[in-house]
Formats: sequence, structure tokens, C-alpha cells
Amino acid sequence: MSSSIRVALRALGANKLRTTLTMLGIIIGVSAVIALMSIGRGAQAQVTAQIQSLGTNLLFIRPGAVRDQGGVRSTATQAPTLTLEDSDAVAALPNVAASAPELDTGAQLLANGLNWNTRVIGVTPEYGTVRNTPVATGDWISRAELDGRSSVVVLGDTVAQQLFPDGDPIGQTVRMSVGGRTGNNFRVIGVAQAKGASGLGNTDDTVYVPITTVMARLFAQRTARGAPNVSTINVQVTSESVMDDTVSQIGDLLRTRHKVAQDDFTIQSQQDFLNTFNQIAGTFTLLLGAIAGISLVVGGIGIMNIMLVSVTERTREIGIRKAVGARRRDILTQFLVEAIVVSVLGGAIGIAIGAGFAAAISQIQVPGNGGGSPSNLQTQVGLDSVALAFFVSAAVGLFFGIYPATRASRLNPIEALRYE
Amino acid sequence: MSIQLIDVTKTYRIGTIEVAALRGVSLEIAAGELVAIMGPSGSGKSTLMNILGCLDVPTSGSYRLDGEEVARLKDDQLAKVRSRKIGFVFQQFNLLARTPAVEQVELPMLYAGARDRRARALAALEAVGLSDRARHKPTELSGGQQQRVAIARALVNEPSIILADEPTGALDTRTSAEIMAIFQRLNRERGLTVIFVTHEPDIAFHTRRIIHLRDGVITSDEAVAESEWRRADDPAVTAAVLA
Repeated sequence: MSSSIRVALRALGANKLRTTLTMLGIIIGVSAVIALMSIGRGAQAQVTAQIQSLGTNLLFIRPGAVRDQGGVRSTATQAPTLTLEDSDAVAALPNVAASAPELDTGAQLLANGLNWNTRVIGVTPEYGTVRNTPVATGDWISRAELDGRSSVVVLGDTVAQQLFPDGDPIGQTVRMSVGGRTGNNFRVIGVAQAKGASGLGNTDDTVYVPITTVMARLFAQRTARGAPNVSTINVQVTSESVMDDTVSQIGDLLRTRHKVAQDDFTIQSQQDFLNTFNQIAGTFTLLLGAIAGISLVVGGIGIMNIMLVSVTERTREIGIRKAVGARRRDILTQFLVEAIVVSVLGGAIGIAIGAGFAAAISQIQVPGNGGGSPSNLQTQVGLDSVALAFFVSAAVGLFFGIYPATRASRLNPIEALRYE
Repeated sequence: MSIQLIDVTKTYRIGTIEVAALRGVSLEIAAGELVAIMGPSGSGKSTLMNILGCLDVPTSGSYRLDGEEVARLKDDQLAKVRSRKIGFVFQQFNLLARTPAVEQVELPMLYAGARDRRARALAALEAVGLSDRARHKPTELSGGQQQRVAIARALVNEPSIILADEPTGALDTRTSAEIMAIFQRLNRERGLTVIFVTHEPDIAFHTRRIIHLRDGVITSDEAVAESEWRRADDPAVTAAVLA
């Protein structure tokens, strides 16, 4: 085996330019596969991390249900159906660690003579832990502030930077108005830790206010039964193993409370998001890989082309080898090894170049959305894509080498020896 | 008996025309013989060489090589016979490009699956007086040296017969004498069976027996008279050539 590889290398070394050009197809194909798949993988890793940064073992209850009517799936009108009491009832379920209702709306903030449009989320003290939103400085919203409908606000990192570019915002006042109304003054009590922006939107571009305050002063919706409405209930479940049970328990509980037979709410889990996203990202990665894979096939055809030329050129050599006792199998092996050596060598170079591209791509800055700080595009060269590229290139060499090698092995020794 | 041909024919079909290259050749060559097959072009001597060398099979008739019938073998079986029993020396040397001499000589052993290839290859090169050129590639060797590499390659597997097809055809007179001297010495010292295919009487007289072929049949098969026989390394001949 080592001698046939040496023979192959000698044959390939005899015509270095041609060998390089032959390999080029494989090099381009493999490096494209590696680089493009690294982008897909990087995006996947980034969003997965972001979904996980929301908190752990989360369920999200939203008003409205997915209806299926005659095969047409649609979300029913998001009529307000969820209340603070629903949230409390959910919190009392055995598998629920905490339940954090929220009510959000857009708002205009004014401070320091600067203004900023952002999202106001009305929250309870539990929200900080359930949604994994610790404060960087100052304090999170307290029980007393919730009960007292206090005009206090915790700023997201982006908002703090926009409104207080060069000062400590704690203790300062911001004016918050919703829907063009006059607005109310809020005292800043804390700044939330930055989470970084991308993928799922910028969670740093928000401000947090006691949910009771939102209901009382900024934005109130009521359910059909007249209770104040919440837009989402974030539920933290005690452990992942009881996720499914808890979903059905919450469903039963809310149907009973709302006195409805059909759900007027939707429960989604963090895992649902992850699964959905992974599916999208997987398809995306596969698509990129497949497009790049086409160039691998083209590269393989290039190998076949050159191998056929090579077989013709080396007809006499094949004749000599046969005269001294080479069987068909020996000649077949020789040319197959040669094709595989070219493609594997090309594959190895392609992997190196592809990894280089991936590293270069990860230096590209993408502006943060919603005024967030810019971040680098993430890429990830997985061991699996390296292994895949390697074996695919070897397989390409094998596949496209078979025909020329078979032709070589079937040459008649007498005619081959006479060939000029 | 090393070689036994009984009523061998070979017919080629070119389009719809059948061409009989051999029309009933019967022949015996014993181990240790030094034989020349002669004939004008078109006489069928190349066809006969291809059959003797197991590169081709006869259309009819029997060919026993070391007692084994090889006239009906398939491609790969023929390759095996070639690898074990036959060594070729060609007019154009037919060495592999860019390959060191020692690896050229290892080639037949590689296909035969022999052991100690490097040592045996070096010994074979030594036997043709080329041990100091083992790492040289064909482009770095003279014609005579290349032909000696080819001879080493032909004898390294200790074949039953060596077939030499115009082995001096591409060489000058002096180098031809050197090559013929090597063949004669190997025949004398090792009892190697060598069959020359040639149209040069000068080469033929270096052997002990001349077989004439014409139109696909043997027209004569005679021993070389002692008075005509030439010894290639005869000092007198060498002196004459040098002069």
C-alpha cells in the first residue's frame, strides 16, 4: 500500500501543474463546504446560546390559540385572555418553580434632553430570575414597588447607553410616554446586564417597569371579563423531565379558569423554539453544504477527465507493468490510489483553506440591531464537517477514478506495449 | 522440457478478413538453451514471441510451459504465469519513467508478491554490473545501461525463460556486444533459457540454435555451427570491434 501511494505521488509529481489544477476543483469544493457550513453552524450555536440565555426550563403562555380549520392553520386573534390571577394560579402548580407575567408595549423615553423609542415590559420581581435578567448596577424591581405601583424603571443596557451616554443613570428621572400621551416620570433604579444583540432581537433595548404600574399608568387592556390583561406568562418549571406534564397541567388549569373547551391560549416551551430554530438552521446548513457539494462533483469530474488523459498517456507504462506480471487488479488499484491521493490531498488543502475562510469570516463585524453594540459573525468549523469533507473527497476520487482505472486495467498488453 | 508448442496457430480478424499469423508451429526448447527466432517482417515471429511470452494465447494448438498447459488461460492467469516464469527484454528497453533502477527491478517481484525485494533487486543489478547505478533514473543512464536494467528486471524473478525482442536494436555495435556478453554469461553461469527474436544474423550467431520462420511456419531449425558461433566477450572480437 505504501509503495502504491509512493508510485501515485511520483506519477502526480511528474506533472505538478496538471495535478494542482486537477486538485483545484476539489480544493474549491471542500473549502466552500467547510466555510459555508461553518457559517451555518456558527449561527446555530449563537442562537442556541441566546435561547438558552433566556433562562432554563421555560414555558411561555400567550393569549390566542393555533386553530386548524380545514387544514388552514392560523393564530386566532390575540384577544387578551390572560390575567395576573392566571399567573398566580399557574405559580401554585406543583412543578412550577416560578411564574412571571409580563405586559409589554412600545414607549417613548425622554431624559437628559435625549429621546429613545423602546419597548416597555411590565414585570414582577420573579421576572429577573425566570428570564435570567440580572441587574448590572442598582436594583431589580422589588415586591414593594410592584404592590405600590411605583414609578420606577430598570433600563436595558442599550437604553442606558442611549439616554445616559456619559453618566450613571441610577437615581435619574426618565419621562415615559405611550401612544403620544403626555407621559409619566420614572426613577431609574437599575441597569440590566447586557446580553448582546442578534438573532432573536435585542433584549438590551428594553426597559422594565412594575407590571402594576404599566397597567395603571401606561397601557391597560382588559380581558372580556374585565380583568387586567397580561401579554405573556413566563413559567419556570422545576426540571426538564416534568416539562410535558406541566404543559398539560397548565392547559387543564387555564381551560378550567377560563371556562372554555377550546384553548384561548398557547403554551410554548424554550425547547420548541430551539427545535424550530435548529430545524431551520439545519436546513440552511444543509442547503449551503449542498450548493458547495455541487462544486465537489464538478471537481470529481475534473479528476475523471485528467485520469482518462493520464491513462491514455501512460498506455505504454501499463503495457510494461502487465508484461512483468501485473494483473488487472494491480493496475486498477494503482490508478484508483492515484485518483484518491489527488482528491484526498485536495480535500486536506481544501479543509485548511476553508478553515482559513471561516476564521476570516468571523472577523467581519455586523452592526447590532436596534442600536446594540456591533458583534462578530460567528463561525464554527465542526469536526464532523471536516470528517465529512475528507471522506466525501476520498469518495469522489474513488467514484470518479473507477472508470479510468477500469479502462487502464483492461488494456491489452501487446497493444499497450506497441503504443507510441 | 521448458517449452513445448504443438501445432500452434494464430489467426487475427481484421474487419471481415482473417489473417493467419501462425499456421501450425510445433517447437520444443529445453531449459538452458540459447535460441534465436529469425524471420522477415510479417513472418509471424512477433506473434510467436507474444504467445511464448504469455501475452497472447494461440487460436488453436497446445503450449506447455514447464509442463503446464497455458494455451487456454484467461488474462489474469496469464499475468500470473508472466510474473513467475517469463522475463522480457525489449528493443526500446521499456523502463518506467522517473523511476530509479532498483525500483524498476523490484517491479516484477512486487506483482509476484515476493519478499526481500530490495536485496534481490540489488543482487540482480550486481549481476548485470550496475550496482553503482541503483538510484539512477532512466534519463540518467546510457542506452546500454538502461538495457542492463531491463535485463536485471527480466531475471530477478528467476523465470523459466527470458524473451529478448531485438535487445540490441537500439544500441551501437560495441554496446550490443556488451549486452550479448551479459546474456551469454547468464546462460553459461546460471543456465538461463534465453530466446532472442531478431532479424540480425549477427545476433543470431551469438546463440546455439536458430529457428527460421516464414509466413507463419518454421522453415528451418538448426544448431549454430561451432565455426560460426560467436562469443561476445571474446577478447579477439572485442579488440576487433574496438579497432
